[in-house]
Amino acid sequence: MLLIKNGRVIDPASGTDAKLDVLVDGDRIASVGPNLQAPSAEVIDASKWIVAPGFIDIHCHLREPGDESSETIETGARAAARSGFTAVCPMPNTRPVNDNASVTRFIVDRAAQAAAVRVWPIGAVSASSHGESLAEIAAMKQAGIVAVSDDGHPVANAKLMRQALEYCRTLELPVIDHCEDSSLFAGAVMREGANSVRLGLRGMPAATESICVARDVQVAALTGGRLHIAHLSAAESLAHVRQAKANGLPVTCEVTPHHFTLTDEDVTYDSCFKVNPPIASRADREALLEGLADGTVDAIATDHAPHEPARKDVEFDRAPFGMIGFETALALAIDELYHSGRVGLSRHVELFTTGPARVIGKTRRLAEGEPADLSLFSLDHPWTFRSEESASRSRNSPFDNRPFRGAPMMTVVAGRIAFRR
Amino acid sequence: MSDRFRHLLAIEPLTAEQITFLLDQAKPFQQIQRHPLKKLATLRGKSVALAFFEASTRTRISFGTAAMRLGADSMSLQAESSSLKKGESLIDTVHTLEAMKPDCIVIRHAASGAAQFISERVAVPVINAGDGLHEHPTQGLLDALTIRDRRGSLEGLRITILGDILHSRVARSNIHLLSKFGARITLCGPAMWLPRELEQVAPGVRRVFSIDEALEGADVVMALRVQSERLNEPSLPRDEYIRLYQLTGARLARARPEALVLHPGPMIRGLEIEPAVADGPQSCVLEQVTNGIAVRMALLYLLIGGTGGLEDLPNASD
Repeated sequence: MLLIKNGRVIDPASGTDAKLDVLVDGDRIASVGPNLQAPSAEVIDASKWIVAPGFIDIHCHLREPGDESSETIETGARAAARSGFTAVCPMPNTRPVNDNASVTRFIVDRAAQAAAVRVWPIGAVSASSHGESLAEIAAMKQAGIVAVSDDGHPVANAKLMRQALEYCRTLELPVIDHCEDSSLFAGAVMREGANSVRLGLRGMPAATESICVARDVQVAALTGGRLHIAHLSAAESLAHVRQAKANGLPVTCEVTPHHFTLTDEDVTYDSCFKVNPPIASRADREALLEGLADGTVDAIATDHAPHEPARKDVEFDRAPFGMIGFETALALAIDELYHSGRVGLSRHVELFTTGPARVIGKTRRLAEGEPADLSLFSLDHPWTFRSEESASRSRNSPFDNRPFRGAPMMTVVAGRIAFRR
Repeated sequence: MSDRFRHLLAIEPLTAEQITFLLDQAKPFQQIQRHPLKKLATLRGKSVALAFFEASTRTRISFGTAAMRLGADSMSLQAESSSLKKGESLIDTVHTLEAMKPDCIVIRHAASGAAQFISERVAVPVINAGDGLHEHPTQGLLDALTIRDRRGSLEGLRITILGDILHSRVARSNIHLLSKFGARITLCGPAMWLPRELEQVAPGVRRVFSIDEALEGADVVMALRVQSERLNEPSLPRDEYIRLYQLTGARLARARPEALVLHPGPMIRGLEIEPAVADGPQSCVLEQVTNGIAVRMALLYLLIGGTGGLEDLPNASD
């Protein structure tokens, strides 16, 4: 038993924001209330902390099976727990691709053996994510997937997108699209702008993403399917999502911490800054912050994309896209959203909990009888992120040595302490 | 002492004083080019690694000649013969090269930032001989030396650069360099090679899409090479380029009467430049080649010879 005393409990589902105790018994929450007593429980003094439902990351890459030198389910899950995540959704671009139930089952089984947090896989939309024919989605759903995506690539063919949205509607799964027009993308390594021109790095315009978002929204309207836009980065893309929501379409989107923190002006030849979609303009970042505050954005998702150091220690042009993101996610959100005054605490927690849960058809509540998944964090604990100390197998973070005010303090998964600072 | 002055990676971070110093250092080496016996013993026993990961003839020969005339040896690595094709990473190739103990590495590479990448990972000075679309600083210096010799000064000139500016490392180095001396720089070329962000690269830069307007009153005209691969992505008909942007004698008449014509080479006569202009009295093309050796000798001398390196430059502490 765990008795979490005197924490500021934030539960967006019920609107709770109060100093309360939380009693955990086994893998469930036994009670939430003032002055709880449990003589046999381990007592956690949370009087300086926020106590929130467990965070969900609906977009990450755990690299297992196939690229275990960059990450494994075990190391990735450990890194996730260090930022308050109690459940993570790995994208299917493993080797082999998670496009059939046997790969899904492998991931689920590995996670049950080795992962500190819950792992809810995402299956491929198309066989091998080649964008040609649908994968075995129903079988994967039975094996445990919570969504489908060909992440890393867009579903370029509009007809396939239509089929996926129609089919997945009956399976009650969201289709997550990595929106990108590949002809505009061709050869680019960062966002087009003054800095790409100065550095001589090939840039892609914001329209690379927003053209595809606009198409997807129209296909979603045609089908009534559940569309979710991954790692949305451009103001125009957000405008399309906002309009779709106003029209009552079941369209959602996520934003990554690196996109709401950095701008293309921060990009250097350090390949840690190379990510897809690329770090966007200052105006885009401003629009993302507004969308995070006003409810247009449903979730913060990390797009944690580990690459073993040797693969990133190359020329910018040759480096693979992606940065690790688990361990800095919460602290960046506290800095950029909460301390900046743009987002209140309840909304902040919503973006990590009920928001992402809703995208994948789940709920998240901090209440009696619910699974004991909890994220405890401080809004002022000072610390510095050092990528060499990361639990991930990879080091590709642009936030190495960044000091933070506010930190994850303890993560509880199914009643067990998965991380304690 | 900031260690960025151990290398020459780009013009952008240099000050006008530092550039002037470099150009002044090149003067004695220019004179040597006119001697019957051109070889010095200054760098005898030193060696320069020429790491050319991208095809180049003139720049490689220019650096090799500069090293040779200073008495240094050079070792040459070319992309065709390198192990990169066998899958070796750039950093492994460079470490291998470094283990052969050169005193300086000159690098040409197709990736922007490659020279900086290497400079952060080796112990010897690195000279950027062109990195992707980024910079070609020794070209900027030799162009500046050529202009300064002819005009006496770099201050406040009107410079017009013609062609594919977006994909030109030569243009970037020249824009940074000349802007530091108060030049008014006009960029001219097809719109897809002339994004508006180019005006933010340095102060005093404007874009003009009409070549006649761009040449009006120019003191210096630089024509850039049009790379055939660029004409193919997205396709711009060759004849269309010639019709709108070729530097012809008739168009050059709009510039100042004594305006200089520069071209970094290799030059495609009849495409970006009319043969009569390339060979005409205003053309500095061959002087540029000779000055290239002088500038590169000066650099090698400063970086690996004598008492110190570029840290001896004035105002190097900023």
